[in-house]
Amino acid sequence: MSTHQANFVRASMIEASPAPALESGIAFWLRKNLFATPQDTVLTIISLLVLAWLVPPVIQWLFIDAAWTGGGRGVCATIAQGGSQPDGWSGACWAFVNAKFDQFIFGRYPPEERWRPALVGILFVLFLVPMLIPKVPYKGLNAVLLLAVLPIIAIILLPGGWFGLTYVETALWGGLMVTLALSFVGIAVSLPLGILLALGRRSNMPVIKMLCTVFIEVVRGVPLITVLFMASVMLPLFLPQGVTFDKFLRALIGVSLFASAYMAEVVRGGLQAIPKGQYEGADSLGLSYWQKMNLIILPQALKLVIPGIVNTFIGLFKDTSLVSIIGMFDLLGIVRLNFADANWATAVTPVTGLIFAGFIFWLFCFGMSRYSGFMERLLDKSQR
Amino acid sequence: MARRILTALVGAAVMGIGANAASAATLDDVKAKGFVQCGVNTGLTGFAAPDASGNWSGFDVDYCKAIAAAVFGDGSKVKYTPTSAKERFPALQSGEVDVLARNTTWTINRDTALGFNFRPVNYYDGQGFMVRKGLNVKSALELSGAAVCVQTGTTTELNLADYFKTNNLQYNPVVFEKLEEVNAAYDAGRCDVYTTDQSGLYSLRLTLSNPDDHMILPEIISKEPLGPAVRQGDDQWFDIVSWVHFALIQAEEFGITQANVEEMKKSPNPDVQRFLGVEADSKIGTDLGLTNEWAVNVIKAVGNYGEVFDRNIGAGSPLKIERGLNALWNKGGIQYAPPVR
Repeated sequence: MSTHQANFVRASMIEASPAPALESGIAFWLRKNLFATPQDTVLTIISLLVLAWLVPPVIQWLFIDAAWTGGGRGVCATIAQGGSQPDGWSGACWAFVNAKFDQFIFGRYPPEERWRPALVGILFVLFLVPMLIPKVPYKGLNAVLLLAVLPIIAIILLPGGWFGLTYVETALWGGLMVTLALSFVGIAVSLPLGILLALGRRSNMPVIKMLCTVFIEVVRGVPLITVLFMASVMLPLFLPQGVTFDKFLRALIGVSLFASAYMAEVVRGGLQAIPKGQYEGADSLGLSYWQKMNLIILPQALKLVIPGIVNTFIGLFKDTSLVSIIGMFDLLGIVRLNFADANWATAVTPVTGLIFAGFIFWLFCFGMSRYSGFMERLLDKSQR
Repeated sequence: MARRILTALVGAAVMGIGANAASAATLDDVKAKGFVQCGVNTGLTGFAAPDASGNWSGFDVDYCKAIAAAVFGDGSKVKYTPTSAKERFPALQSGEVDVLARNTTWTINRDTALGFNFRPVNYYDGQGFMVRKGLNVKSALELSGAAVCVQTGTTTELNLADYFKTNNLQYNPVVFEKLEEVNAAYDAGRCDVYTTDQSGLYSLRLTLSNPDDHMILPEIISKEPLGPAVRQGDDQWFDIVSWVHFALIQAEEFGITQANVEEMKKSPNPDVQRFLGVEADSKIGTDLGLTNEWAVNVIKAVGNYGEVFDRNIGAGSPLKIERGLNALWNKGGIQYAPPVR
């Protein structure tokens, strides 16, 4: 009896051979994505030409030809305009943004007191960032810090007038500080209030249902600009002389209520998307109304409408610039106000200022959008 | 049109509700609260704009400071309420502001129906045209068929329509909501002509790519007397606001400046002595409800009219507006103050 002696036994797996040269690497990616068909090739070439035509002049204008430093309109004006740049020059006037940067952030808040909004801003970031990262523990404590402690600190520090702090009236507030304060309060108020209104509108109790419906329909049916305008122009005429009602507070209330009505409809959309079985299942377990909502319905409903909620937040953030019409200067308002400064009046100042304001708005909105995408992926386990 | 309806509405509301507001003594209120609440523009080059550190500065703003200086002897005791074109009248009528120094044109409608008082004109403005030199136009009457850039919702737009209609000229309005849009459109060549108040044409020059390619036509098609406004029914406060302006004019006439006001107190000229309140038994201020030093305080705070003009909109500023009608009466203009005696 003899055993068969194999000549060769493979002791290990063969290394995977590299993909054929034509099916890998940059060449493959280009061919697959950009030059797969003749049409693709034509489109790719046209796009590249458009980019080549568009991008270099923009870069040139924004960065290379730009005036970065200087103390007046001279650095951003040509010789013919009374400045120092050669005739025919055009470029971004970053010197304007540089000189006015503090105003763009704090408005006309007195310079020696600006540490107060700055401190509130730092605390805001410190409390908000751990709140946004799911892995960080102590969410309950964190929420108390962000939603209860921070507003109290802000109310003490920003207006002042007590504990030896000089009083800074809200007419002096402005810039990014006002934009963020309005948006934060608007967001923090509108989400819970919107949820309550949505639940109220779907309630079986007729009075509550009617009140919520009327509130939502009235507030949603009136443009925000009208609400602000009425609050600022007509309200003072109905008050006794000398009784004024803080403009910032008026804007804060207007923006918050307005966003709540929109939020209510977004949340209601989510509530209606939950199958009836979920409600009945919760009832059959003997849960109370609030238990049913908190444990079964809202977690599912809110998850469904994250894009809608964030959409409302982004809309709210941008809507805050409407307060300009009642003489408050948010980021956009203060940038535009500074166009009137004769020391910086040039042909390129307004464009530069608007690009700057647009970029800051985009930065915040894009951040919110990315974060909401992250939350959707995190919560959307069941549907993938 | 919408603006007229709004004005009428506000006027009606004012008539009904504002009746109680007009009778209070503004001076007492101002003294009690410790500052003058002054309505200014929400940003107009040279008249009300933030300076480098964010404080309000400008021609109208200096009037606010001057009034505060007259009342308190301290030009800093003033708070500013930036008001839009629509907000300004309700703000004054409701008592939210004590005085409106916001390049507001004195018209019969505002003086009567809206219930305000105007007297001193601190800036004589008028609507003009700017064109490109390349068009070879020498007069506004040659502008038939032109595309005209104009800001919508302003009296400028209405004056423009009236002028072209009266002279049987065709034109093509190119309207924008925001001032910087109008400026940019004209600069980019979207229209042949730009029209706004003359003071606005000067600030437009600052933002043009090639200012030397443009010229201002000689025609002035409207009268725009700008001045501070107060509520009707409070003559004392009206007198104070009026005489602050007259004091600025008078100081320029006497040659009294921010720098030499203390020296001028020793002037042998009895007119100057009376004006500065150093005359024996002077009642120059007490009759107004102020101190006799009020004119001195005004001049110390902002200087005379010439200095205020020069610093904010005249030769000493980037705007470089000429005095023109706003020169003193004895120097070819029409700025004139009643005698102080």
